[in-house]
Amino acid sequence: MATHAGTHDDHDAKPGFAQRWLFATNHKDIGTMYLVFSLIMFFIGGSMAMIIRAELFEPGLQLVQPYFFNEMTTMHALIMIFGAVMPAFVGLANWMVPLMVGAPDMALPRMNNWSFWILPFAFVLLLSTLFMPGGAPAAGWVMYPPLVLQGGDSIAFMIFAIHLMGISSIMGAINIIATILNLRAPGMDLLKMPLFVWTWLITAFLLIAVMPVLAGAVTMLLTDKFFGTSFFNAAGGGDPLLYQHIFWFFGHPEVYIMILPAFGIISEIIPTFSRKPLFGYKPMVYATASIAFLSFTVWAHHMFTVGLPLGGLLFFMYATMLISVPTGVKVFNWVTTMWKGSLTFETPMLFAVAFVILFTIGGFSGVMLALVPADFQYHNTYFVVAHFHYVLVSGAVFGIMAGTYYWIPKWTGHMYSERWGKIHFWNSVIAVNVLFFPQHFLGLAGMPRRIPDYNVAFADWNMVSSIGGFWFGLSQLIFVGNIIYTVYFARQKASARVWEGARGLEWTVPSPAPHHTFEVPPVILPGMLAHDDVSH
Amino acid sequence: MEVKPSIARGSTRRVLIPALTVCAGMFLFGFALVPLYRLVCTHVLGIRVDDAPSAAAVSAVDRARTVTVQLMGHVHSDLRWQFAPEQSQLRVHPGALTVAWFSASNGTAQALTGHAVPSIAPSQAALYFNKVECFCFTDQTLKAGESRRMPVRFAVDPQLPRSISTITLAYTFYENPLAAGTATVAAAPAG
Repeated sequence: MATHAGTHDDHDAKPGFAQRWLFATNHKDIGTMYLVFSLIMFFIGGSMAMIIRAELFEPGLQLVQPYFFNEMTTMHALIMIFGAVMPAFVGLANWMVPLMVGAPDMALPRMNNWSFWILPFAFVLLLSTLFMPGGAPAAGWVMYPPLVLQGGDSIAFMIFAIHLMGISSIMGAINIIATILNLRAPGMDLLKMPLFVWTWLITAFLLIAVMPVLAGAVTMLLTDKFFGTSFFNAAGGGDPLLYQHIFWFFGHPEVYIMILPAFGIISEIIPTFSRKPLFGYKPMVYATASIAFLSFTVWAHHMFTVGLPLGGLLFFMYATMLISVPTGVKVFNWVTTMWKGSLTFETPMLFAVAFVILFTIGGFSGVMLALVPADFQYHNTYFVVAHFHYVLVSGAVFGIMAGTYYWIPKWTGHMYSERWGKIHFWNSVIAVNVLFFPQHFLGLAGMPRRIPDYNVAFADWNMVSSIGGFWFGLSQLIFVGNIIYTVYFARQKASARVWEGARGLEWTVPSPAPHHTFEVPPVILPGMLAHDDVSH
Repeated sequence: MEVKPSIARGSTRRVLIPALTVCAGMFLFGFALVPLYRLVCTHVLGIRVDDAPSAAAVSAVDRARTVTVQLMGHVHSDLRWQFAPEQSQLRVHPGALTVAWFSASNGTAQALTGHAVPSIAPSQAALYFNKVECFCFTDQTLKAGESRRMPVRFAVDPQLPRSISTITLAYTFYENPLAAGTATVAAAPAG
């Protein structure tokens, strides 16, 4: 736009606050806003988890009413999934994808602004339900009818909030696809792109394929509740089971949306600190694509106990177990990358190594849950809770934290406190196991999930788990403290490359990355990219 | 920062339009799931969906046999309503979908919310008494002086043991004070 270019000849001029943030079109500013937003949501969702663990500290009802407990489990999940994990990955993509492919900005900067600024409104809508008569939605984040339809009018707010989050995610995904396909620097071939860019490209395709399906499912809930349709109402010719099929057709790809970008981050960090190229670059790309493709064929493993025909049970069991093959390829490639490398254990590497180990534990319990006869026993127990928290907290969230420590010197131009980073890591990694490992035992012993009170037989492990929960929650204050320190107080300047073993275009720009980068496409020299030679 | 066209490898529109088309298509896919399922089952997998066991069980009516269904309605003393079935008993064929009507009235000067709890005797029959729709599935709120007819749609399973010829369906209405203010008239089934 001519006028725009005319007013911004001087790129170092500082625009006003509203101009810079409310009307932001710069990928780095929008990335920062996404990351700050997701950190705030992480603490709001986390405080709900603290209420849940405090109530479960002892058997009996001590602190909250059962209905409020159900509101907490529902809101904790919605906020962590749609408010913390997904925006954090979009924020990392905003910051890093243009830098990694040598693009001057995202392909659609104004749409980028809109994708972000929808989110605060969506979450104000969702969180406002906590203060409404009748309370927040309490039927679980999966929103199964008929239970969810028996809630108050607050479910309309939840549904509109989900519509807005979906629109935001879809616009973000389209933007990332357009950036990666159209704005790569000359010489940045598809099979030379960093793994983080590859995993995000595939994640973006998953997002545009499944977010509209969720939008459809919640729209049906809305019309069933308020406009007299009977999609899920047996008396009107519908079927409540239909909802579960539609929801999980979205829901299973959604779990890969929350883990594939973390795979990408880990695939950047491990080669850097092993001072070796990633082992098996092409198999990593193909494994990511296979996981994404298979994720569309396994949704019914979330609903084995609803009475599927035997053929259906067998198909979904085998398809689910098949996913462990490409996932295994990735885990073995990370391990092989470290094999005989010159390893150093800075904070990002510590989180990455913990990710590989703890995500694999979550993967193994996932294979256990995939077995139909075993799942009949585990279904809706704490074993499931332990499984998905291993892959989401010590998987996705550790991936985000690893990425934050890895790239924050590039964002701010200063080194974070390595000492406090390590203190944060060791507290987090021990606490997360104290928190979630006992939940395997509780689930195998038969403790159901989503309950505020339980049999005294489960008391001891619940107390251990709650102690781990408070410990993990408090440890995250160190993370925030370290971020604030790095942004405002740190003295140690970061070099352009930051890490000795780091390779890729993002390390060729100065630290902190200037407001505008790669306005002229970079000339890619031999050895500049991590994956120049991908013959292996 | 406006991207100079010379930098871009292709037009953004060529990404935007297919992506938005996929979004619209996937939104409709959710709604098309039931018809698609029927198409795939009948034409690809050769399964006739309408002959599935559950559908057959509802449609096969055993006209040779008649079962008496007795209906009763009670109100717990805390809830000051009148509540009774419109007919005290029905004679039904196993497998036939039947509607029984109950009526409730709130003679007090304030809105009250109640919840009906069913009980079936003899207890062996409970397994074979399938309620498709019932006013007992949700809270019922009656305004001051309001009366309402409420249906229960049910079918007796043809597998009902031969020894059982009479089934008693009794409802007790309890007040639900927790629901006060949250239950809406929309939560009550029409009818």
